[in-house]
Amino acid sequence: MAVSTSITPARLYSTFAVCGLAWTGLQTYIIHSFGFIWYIAFTDALVSSILLAAACWLINNNLRYYQPGKGSYINILIWCGALGAVCTFGCRWIIPLLTTGAAYTNFLIQSVYIRGFIYFLAIGWMAMISMIWYSQIDQKENEKRKSEAEKLARDAELYNLRQQLQPHFLFNSLNSINALIGFKPDEARRMIHQLSDFLRGTLKKDDQLQVPLTDELQHLNLYLDIEKVRFGHRLQTEISCDESSGAALLPSMLLQPIVENAIKFGLYDTTGDVVVSIRAEMDGSYLILMVQNPYDPQTSRPKQGTGFGLRGVQRRLYLLFARNDLMETHANDNIFTTIIKVPQLQV
Amino acid sequence: MKRALIIDDEPLARMVVREYLQGFEQIEVMQECSDGFEGLKAIQQHQPDLIFLDVQMPKINGFEMLELVDTPPAVIFTTAFDEYAIKAFEAHAVDYLLKPFNKDRFNKAIEKYLAQAPGAPSPKKTEEVLESSNSPAQHERIVVKTGTKVKIIPVQDVIYLAADDDYVSVYTAEGSYLKNKTMNFFEKALDPRYFVRVHRSYMIAIQQITRIDPYEKDAHLAILKSGAKIPVSKTGYVKLKQVLGI
Repeated sequence: MAVSTSITPARLYSTFAVCGLAWTGLQTYIIHSFGFIWYIAFTDALVSSILLAAACWLINNNLRYYQPGKGSYINILIWCGALGAVCTFGCRWIIPLLTTGAAYTNFLIQSVYIRGFIYFLAIGWMAMISMIWYSQIDQKENEKRKSEAEKLARDAELYNLRQQLQPHFLFNSLNSINALIGFKPDEARRMIHQLSDFLRGTLKKDDQLQVPLTDELQHLNLYLDIEKVRFGHRLQTEISCDESSGAALLPSMLLQPIVENAIKFGLYDTTGDVVVSIRAEMDGSYLILMVQNPYDPQTSRPKQGTGFGLRGVQRRLYLLFARNDLMETHANDNIFTTIIKVPQLQV
Repeated sequence: MKRALIIDDEPLARMVVREYLQGFEQIEVMQECSDGFEGLKAIQQHQPDLIFLDVQMPKINGFEMLELVDTPPAVIFTTAFDEYAIKAFEAHAVDYLLKPFNKDRFNKAIEKYLAQAPGAPSPKKTEEVLESSNSPAQHERIVVKTGTKVKIIPVQDVIYLAADDDYVSVYTAEGSYLKNKTMNFFEKALDPRYFVRVHRSYMIAIQQITRIDPYEKDAHLAILKSGAKIPVSKTGYVKLKQVLGI
């Protein structure tokens, strides 16, 4: 790995260029040593090197976009053979056009086999280097993707843990209880019971479980009652749910983050009274849940609208039902609406 | 007699402070406020010596409210969020009370305030500390005062910032707003991935750049989508190139 990071494509290509020049020089020298004049030797070397370079470029380019599977190495071999043959025939027919002399033509024809073999070996080398190079790049990218996915999963898990504890909600509620103890001890006691019922319910909940909507709403009401004590008259809730939708099933704790989001949005984005409404109705084999809260389009940050809370809901719906179209949000007329559709498996 | 305000959006939380204050006859609560806007008005009206301030409140939070006060009084933060503690002390808070807090802890905070009250921190100093603070949390919006109104500008709407004497002008598509802060403050407050200080007196949102032209020696001009031409200094150009990755 340490080596691969220090090799840049630019360096690699210049190395190949130097090798090509050396190859041409060597071939010129060898042919000259057979007794031919420098001009002929150089022409021969130049033409065959250019053909070889073209073949190498072709195979390298092919392998960049196409990584052969384990079974198809034979294809690469065939490719190398074919390219080697094309180069050899190229040499055989092009060089005589640039040179003269029967002795040289004779030499060229005699050396065709050895030339073909050298071409095949050189192109094979190039193919091998390319294959290793590109598969290593692929692997690096895969590793990066994997680590990113893992990081995302970790973040989500941490968020869930924190969400379960809801420290701010808890501390602020305790602070309200602290205030009530002084002059309304009965209310303080009632709030302690609400808070413990709510926390117990949260801890007991199993994410995988499907619960009837009435149960979920009951749990939600504990939460809403506590919030109403905290924020006084500012917060009002409207819940409408008929009998048929009350019996419908939904994943437990699915509604909670949506309502929390609505309350947070409503309370911190406006200064007036806040009405959070929750409506449930059946539509064929779907349970439709609609949560609405006021918001200020001037100041609310769009990023927060689809914050981790709602993203988590969408992700859960996707994991449970393998569908991405079960949640939608609308924002108009200062009202933010979140709609989720929960498919009912048995009707 | 010290005049105090309680600024918190939860009525019961205000009640706790009021109750705990009963033992201190030298402190008089002038008013209770349920959000930052009310708080601003009350501060102007009563010129208090001390405020009890919650952080998370509707519309503008406690820190944003403080930014809009020209000569901030002494502040005791009361919040359930412990992650703001460092920022609060950098804002020269007298103390930082984590909800729920008990009477003893509250008394300590008040005693601390009374002990330092005669030589109370000059507002100027508070400002300096606010500016030099490197708060880890980047601002998502900028809160400015236009006349008596408070305007909240999401940072996405900001095109560029320009120094203007002791103020900074914040330019958006709708117009420009003055904020009594320095460029250094904004350089810390805004996300460096999206805002670059290209000049001693200018900071631009990099997404607004359409073109960068050479201009005189060593200097450049950034042309923004709005048509504005912003001078880019030599060091600013280096920073810009770094952020843009060129």
